[in-house]
Amino acid sequence: MTAQEVRLCGLLLREHFGEVVEKVGRHLIRSGAQNLRTLLHETGISIDLVKKSLCVLVQHGVCVFSSGRKGPGSPTEYRTSCDRILRILRYPRYIYTAKTLYGDTGELIIEELLQRGDMTMSSTVKTVADRLTQNMEEGRSMDYSEVSSAFSKLVETHFLQRCPPMAAAATKNGAASATPATPATPGTPAAPVSTTLPTPESFPDCYRVPHVTLIGKGKRRLSNEDGEDQRSAKRAKIDSETHGDEGIYWQVNFERFHLHFRDQAIISAVANKLDQTSSEIVRTMLRMSEVTTSPTATCTKPLSANEIFRSLPSSYNIARPILDQYLTLLVDDPMEFVGKAGESGGGMYVVNLHRALANLARATLESVVQERFGSRSARIFRLLLRKRHLEQKQVEDFAMIPAKEAKDMLYTLLSQNLVQLQEIPKTPDYAPSRTFYLYTVNQLPTARMLLQNCYKTVANLIERRLFESKESKRLLEKSQRIEAILASLQASGAEPEQLTEVEEMITAPEKQQLESLRLHINKLDSAENQVDETIFLLESYINSTVTS
Amino acid sequence: MAGKGRGVAAFTFNVEALGIGRGSMPEARVGPSPLFPNTDFKPVPLKAGEEEDYMLALKQEMRGTMQRLPHNIKPNSNKAEVEKYTERYLKQKQMEDDEWTPDWNLFPKELMPQKKKPRVKPGTKKKTVISRKDAEAVLSKLDELAKNDDGNPEKSDDETEKKKGNEDEEEIEEEEYEEEDIEEDNDYIESYFDNGEDFGAGSDDNMDGEGTY
Repeated sequence: MTAQEVRLCGLLLREHFGEVVEKVGRHLIRSGAQNLRTLLHETGISIDLVKKSLCVLVQHGVCVFSSGRKGPGSPTEYRTSCDRILRILRYPRYIYTAKTLYGDTGELIIEELLQRGDMTMSSTVKTVADRLTQNMEEGRSMDYSEVSSAFSKLVETHFLQRCPPMAAAATKNGAASATPATPATPGTPAAPVSTTLPTPESFPDCYRVPHVTLIGKGKRRLSNEDGEDQRSAKRAKIDSETHGDEGIYWQVNFERFHLHFRDQAIISAVANKLDQTSSEIVRTMLRMSEVTTSPTATCTKPLSANEIFRSLPSSYNIARPILDQYLTLLVDDPMEFVGKAGESGGGMYVVNLHRALANLARATLESVVQERFGSRSARIFRLLLRKRHLEQKQVEDFAMIPAKEAKDMLYTLLSQNLVQLQEIPKTPDYAPSRTFYLYTVNQLPTARMLLQNCYKTVANLIERRLFESKESKRLLEKSQRIEAILASLQASGAEPEQLTEVEEMITAPEKQQLESLRLHINKLDSAENQVDETIFLLESYINSTVTS
Repeated sequence: MAGKGRGVAAFTFNVEALGIGRGSMPEARVGPSPLFPNTDFKPVPLKAGEEEDYMLALKQEMRGTMQRLPHNIKPNSNKAEVEKYTERYLKQKQMEDDEWTPDWNLFPKELMPQKKKPRVKPGTKKKTVISRKDAEAVLSKLDELAKNDDGNPEKSDDETEKKKGNEDEEEIEEEEYEEEDIEEDNDYIESYFDNGEDFGAGSDDNMDGEGTY
């Protein structure tokens, strides 16, 4: 992990879990796997807080623990990874995707799970049904069964998965559950000395929905009633009921969401590059191979033109010859989203997933250069990308830019590390007169650098937002207070004059100030969301080069 | 270099061959680049639309909720003597559900908050029992001896005193243990977690030592 990542992770942890968790989390990131005692010693936080922080981190899947490396009996070690913490930045996108795919119910399910880390199916369904009922008009309510079916759908499409059972818990429960859970290693004793942690996917029950007995409707919380009393009553009720899924916790499968994002990115890129119809064809191809293609595959399984034609929704109205033309067009496109794998069955076609990611990342790099250094610098950058290695003179000539300006741009790019310089000496003494100086662009390292810049950007955005809200803390508190007073007055049925009187406690300039603050914060927040899109693209590109 | 003056390119070859000519070079840079450089190009505006607005709302809502959940851990703040008016409002909001009990099946046992339990080490317990019995036995024996033999009272007195002294020491020891326990109980917020007891089956909770005192 880099300094930028650690900084961003710290800020994210602080915003969502408080400063204590931030301190513990930062320490874990910096020093790797650690046991409770060293953690206590080195952070200097009281034992209760450290324990609670670790619980929070484990609950949210940010931190994993395993029995020590020094063999059985050694203290439990905790470790965390930047990758997982940085997911917090993408939470709004996960929720929004769930909404577009599965409606409000899906949205609330994912939201609840992200907020709580992990939950049982029954409690999720209940909470979501209650929340939906709350938002419905009087007299209507959400049925539990509807929410559970949405939940099951999310599990079927692998957007949700079970939390992996804990090793210790499995052994404690005895052979009944432990043996079928680990069929891959029947002979080995339960000694998790291996450094690779088991992925949730390695448990066969990962996507099996348990039988849950849940009958009823979401309840509306009455605001007039004494909250404390009702809450305790509710809790007692929850405790007394059992739904048959106790101990089975669910979490959001981020990898699945990422696959979906990747597919969406490819589809929208095709739509922008070519047209809507071709993007629909690519969408159909991706949907067809969704199940058969492994998450790390470089391209989808080959699909024949006939198969594609049959799977196209009839609403698109694409005739067979037109489909063939479109496919040829897609194959010929320099972005290489679609490739041809064979001639049988009217032509076999694949979607080049990794190449598409690489091309999208390249386009991102180009546009970054263009927006920061102008279109002529971008021309030099693209030229180097295409021709690989060029001497300075060649750059000036090919780019058709006056020598002096071209040099200036090239050196600026070089100083920003977007362009690299390679020396190739003709003689071993590196004498300048007998050396080729070749300029080149290395896509992967440049993408990595850009990713770090993105992390830095987000961290700066968060920092700025915190500063902005700190500056006008007093004003924010005042407006909160007045809102609270207004709400209570409205509840007690006050006169309209009274209400306006309270409203006027915020003066006009203050209102203006609040408004501009709101605007700033919205902009900063929105920027965070949008930088994350770039982060996602670059991350997936870098990950794809690792696996392929 | 000898014949050339300062400031003239000190190369042993024709620099022009590299495409670096006089007057065609950018100015040399002095010092590091500024922290906030002027940007030649203004950033493009953010994307705006329904999707972006919704994501923005989701983000802000998420942040607000997360800060109110019990997962957001506050440091043990030293409370100000006078409660601020605003704090009362904030507290009401935060009270939403201030309890959260993790399923301890999925967590390492060591993270479980320690419930208050008299931590009597089995070893010392045993010792005290035995020593007390011993003392009683010795005492009764001494009494008998005293009855039988009044002629030499000093010695028996001496011994009983010694024993008594021993007993006192042990009592002091026990008191110390108790104090320790009380201290530990107090710095723990009892109301935060509540179901640690389920796991007490194998612990020394059941070996309640109270009776022996």
